[in-house]
Amino acid sequence: MQRIGVFVCHCGTNIAGTVDVAAVSESLGKEQGVVFSTHYQYMCSQAGQDIIKNAIAEYKLTGIVVCSCSPRMHETTFRKTAAAAGINPYMVEIANIREQCSWVHKDTISGTEKAIILGKAAVAKVNLNAPLTPGETPVTKRALVIGGGIAGIQTALDIADAGFPVDIVEKKPTIGGKMAQLDKTFPTLDCAACILTPKMVDVAQNDKIRIFSYSEVTSVKGFVGNFDVTIKRKARYVKEDVCTGCGACTEKCPQKKVPNEFNLGMDNRRAIYIPFAQAVPKVATIDPDYCMMLKTGKCGVCSKVCTAGAIDYKAKDEYVEEKYGAIVVATGFNPISMDKFDEFAYSQSKDVITSLEFERLTNAAGPTQGKLLRPSDGEHPHTIVFVQCVGSRCDSCSEKGKEYCSKICCMYTAKHAMLTRDKYPDTDVYVFYIDVRTPGKNFDEFYRRAVEEYGVHYIKGMVGKVSPEGKKLMVQASDLIAGKQLHIEADLVVLAAAIEPDKSARPLATMLTASMDTNDFFTEAHPKLRPVESPTAGVFLSGACQGPKDIPETVSQAGAAAAKVIGLLCKDKLTGNPCVAHSDEMMCNGCSTCEKVCPYGAITYVDKEFRMPDRTTRVRRVAQVNEAVCQGCGCCTVACPSGAMDLKGFAGKQIMAEVDAICR
Amino acid sequence: MSMKNIENNNETYRPLIVAFCCNWCSYAGADLAGNNRLAYPADVKIIRVPCSCRVNPTFILRAFQRGADGVIICGCHPGDCHYTSGNYYTRRRMSLMFSMLDYLGIERERTRVEWVSAAEGAKFAATMNDFCETVAKLGKNKRLEDLRCKQ
Repeated sequence: MQRIGVFVCHCGTNIAGTVDVAAVSESLGKEQGVVFSTHYQYMCSQAGQDIIKNAIAEYKLTGIVVCSCSPRMHETTFRKTAAAAGINPYMVEIANIREQCSWVHKDTISGTEKAIILGKAAVAKVNLNAPLTPGETPVTKRALVIGGGIAGIQTALDIADAGFPVDIVEKKPTIGGKMAQLDKTFPTLDCAACILTPKMVDVAQNDKIRIFSYSEVTSVKGFVGNFDVTIKRKARYVKEDVCTGCGACTEKCPQKKVPNEFNLGMDNRRAIYIPFAQAVPKVATIDPDYCMMLKTGKCGVCSKVCTAGAIDYKAKDEYVEEKYGAIVVATGFNPISMDKFDEFAYSQSKDVITSLEFERLTNAAGPTQGKLLRPSDGEHPHTIVFVQCVGSRCDSCSEKGKEYCSKICCMYTAKHAMLTRDKYPDTDVYVFYIDVRTPGKNFDEFYRRAVEEYGVHYIKGMVGKVSPEGKKLMVQASDLIAGKQLHIEADLVVLAAAIEPDKSARPLATMLTASMDTNDFFTEAHPKLRPVESPTAGVFLSGACQGPKDIPETVSQAGAAAAKVIGLLCKDKLTGNPCVAHSDEMMCNGCSTCEKVCPYGAITYVDKEFRMPDRTTRVRRVAQVNEAVCQGCGCCTVACPSGAMDLKGFAGKQIMAEVDAICR
Repeated sequence: MSMKNIENNNETYRPLIVAFCCNWCSYAGADLAGNNRLAYPADVKIIRVPCSCRVNPTFILRAFQRGADGVIICGCHPGDCHYTSGNYYTRRRMSLMFSMLDYLGIERERTRVEWVSAAEGAKFAATMNDFCETVAKLGKNKRLEDLRCKQ
C-alpha cells in the first residue's frame, strides 16, 4: 500500500487563475492511498520543494503526485526533490494541469473538474509505481559535427578546445559553407573571407579535428553517449593525402564547360576542380558527371600533369564506421528556388538575380573579379532594383513561399545597396520592402546609414511584375506611402530569396529520430530554455538548421551547442532510462514476436531451466531484454501474444488505472 | 437511436474523450497548444505514453467499457517516430482495431489516429476541437459500456 502525497501548484495565476486549486487538493486528498494533500503558490521554488521534502519525512510518503506544469518542464526537478528526501525518483508522477488544462480551458468549473480527473489518473498510476533504478552506460568521448559551414566550424573548434576529438562531415569538397561565398558581412562590413578562412585553417591544423569532406552520413544507430555512425566518403578520384593542391590539373583539364556551383553557375569550372582558392582541405576533386576519363575512358590529362601522382580513376565510395558520444547538426540553409516566382522574370532574364548571386558578383574572387557587371552583357548597371521578401512572409494559403521571415534579407539588402552606392555613386538604387526589420546590435544604425548617408531609395511596397524589354527590365511596383504606381527602367533586379533548410536535413532528421517543424527546421527541446538541444538526447543543433539566423547568432549558437556537447562528453557514465521493457519469464513462450518488432535489437533469447510443479526441470526458450539497449518505446509490450512483456514506468496496469480513473 | 436523441437534446451532455499522446511529438504538441493558449474542450483527457505503439488495443476497449465516448491516439508523423518505426505499428494495429470496433457497433468516428508533431500546437487544438465536435454529435456511447465496471 502506497502512502501518497499530493502537491497542487498555483503557478502564480497560471493555474490558479482557471483552476480552483484548493478544491483540487481537497478532492485528491480523498483518493485511495493519499495521506497528505496540499497546494502552494510555486511548487518548483525552493520553498515549494521544501514542502514536498518535509511532507515526505513527516508522513512517510512513498509516492508523490505533483499537479503542475508539463512533466516535460519540471518532472526532473521534482524527481530530484524526491530523491533528495530519500524516496525513489520514479515514484513521482506529474499531472499536467497547466499546459493541458488551465492554459487551454477558460471555464473555472470545467477546468477544475478536469484538473481533478487528471490528478486522479496520476494518483491511480502512482499507486502502481515501483521504484526503478537506472542503469549506467559509458560515454564515447568523441563528437560528430554534421555540416562544415560557419556553424559546424565554430562548434568543432570549441569542442576541440576543450580537449575532445571532433569529426566534421561535409558533403561538399570543402568546408566553409555559405559564408565562404559571401563578400562582406553586415553590420561591420568585415570581409567574409578574412574572418572565415583563418577559422577554416584552424580547423585543418587542429589535431583534435578530422575533416571528412565530400562525405555524407548514411546511417545513425545507438543513443546518447553511444552513437554508431556510418559515413560515406564519396569517391573524389584524387588521393586526399597525396594531392598538394597545386592546381596544375585544374588548369589543364580539357573539359571547360562545367557550371561552377560555387559561383552559382555564373561561370564555368573544369571537370577536376578546387572550389575556391582557400578551400580546406585544398585538394582537387573530379566531377564524375563531366570527366571524360570516367565517362568514356579517353583523356587522362590530369593524371599526366599531376607530379604528385594523386589521381586515381579507379577510386570507389568508401564507408567509414565511427562511434560518437554526441552529434551536432549544422546542416544550414539554402535560398529557395525561384521557379514559382516567375512574375520577377528570373527564368527569362539573366539580369534578374538572387542576392546570393549578387554576392558573388561583388566578390573579388567571383566571376567578375568583384566588378558589378550585368550577367547578360557585362555592362555596368545604372539602375538597380532590390526586391525584398521574395518567398518570405507568404500567405499560408498560397503554396508559393514560406510563411516565416527569413530574417537576414533586410540586413544583407541594406548592405548590398550601401556597397553599391559606395563603389558606384552613379547608380540609382531602389529597395522595395514590406517592413524593414533590423533588430540586432548596430543593425538599425546600419540601415539608416544606407538611407541617409548613401541615398538608397527605400520604397514601401511590393514589385508586381518585372518584364524584360530590350536591354532593360521594366519594373512595375506600388509605392504604398505615396499611394501610386511606379514604373522603373532597371538594368539589374536583385531578389532577396527566402531561405529554407538544406534538403539533406529531412533524411538526416529521420536517421537521428530528431523532430522537425513543418518547414523542416529542426525543433529544439525547449524554445526558450533549451534552444540548442534537440528533443533527442545527445543530438544538438547549431546554426540555420534550427531557424533563419545571421552570422553572429549562428556563431553564438554554435558555441552554446559546443558547451552542451562538452558537458555531455565530460561525463564518464550516463544514467540510462530505467523505463525499459521487461519480460516475465514465467509467461514468455519464446515465440520471437517481440524480437521482430524491436527497432533496437534489444531482445535476445536464452534457453533457461525452469523447475516444474512436479519437481522435474524443463528447458524453455525465453526473451531477455538488454536494458542498456532498450529505449523504452513499448512496441514489444503490445506485440507480445502472451502478455509477458511489460514496460517499466508505463506498465499495462498503470495505463489501465489511468484510463479507469479518467472514465470513472 | 432514441437514446442518442435524448442525449443530444440534453445541453449539459459533454462527451468523455481519452487521448493517448506520445511523449516526443503529440504530448509536446499539446504542451505547445497550451503555451499558445489555443483552446479546446476540457472533455479531452490526455494520457502520456512513450510512443503511440505503446497503446495496447485493450486500453481502448477498456476506455469504451468504462464509458468513454471517443478515443484518439496521437503520434509522430510517419517517418518521424522517435523510435524510428513505432507509429507504423500503431497505424496497422489501429486500422485493424478500429474496423473490429466498427463491427461491434462502435461508430468509426469515435476512434481516430492523428499525427501531430511537437511543432504543431495549432494542429493539436484543431484536431481536438474537431474530434470533440464529431463525438458530441454522435452522443453518448453505450454500446460497450460495462455497467458492472461502474461503481
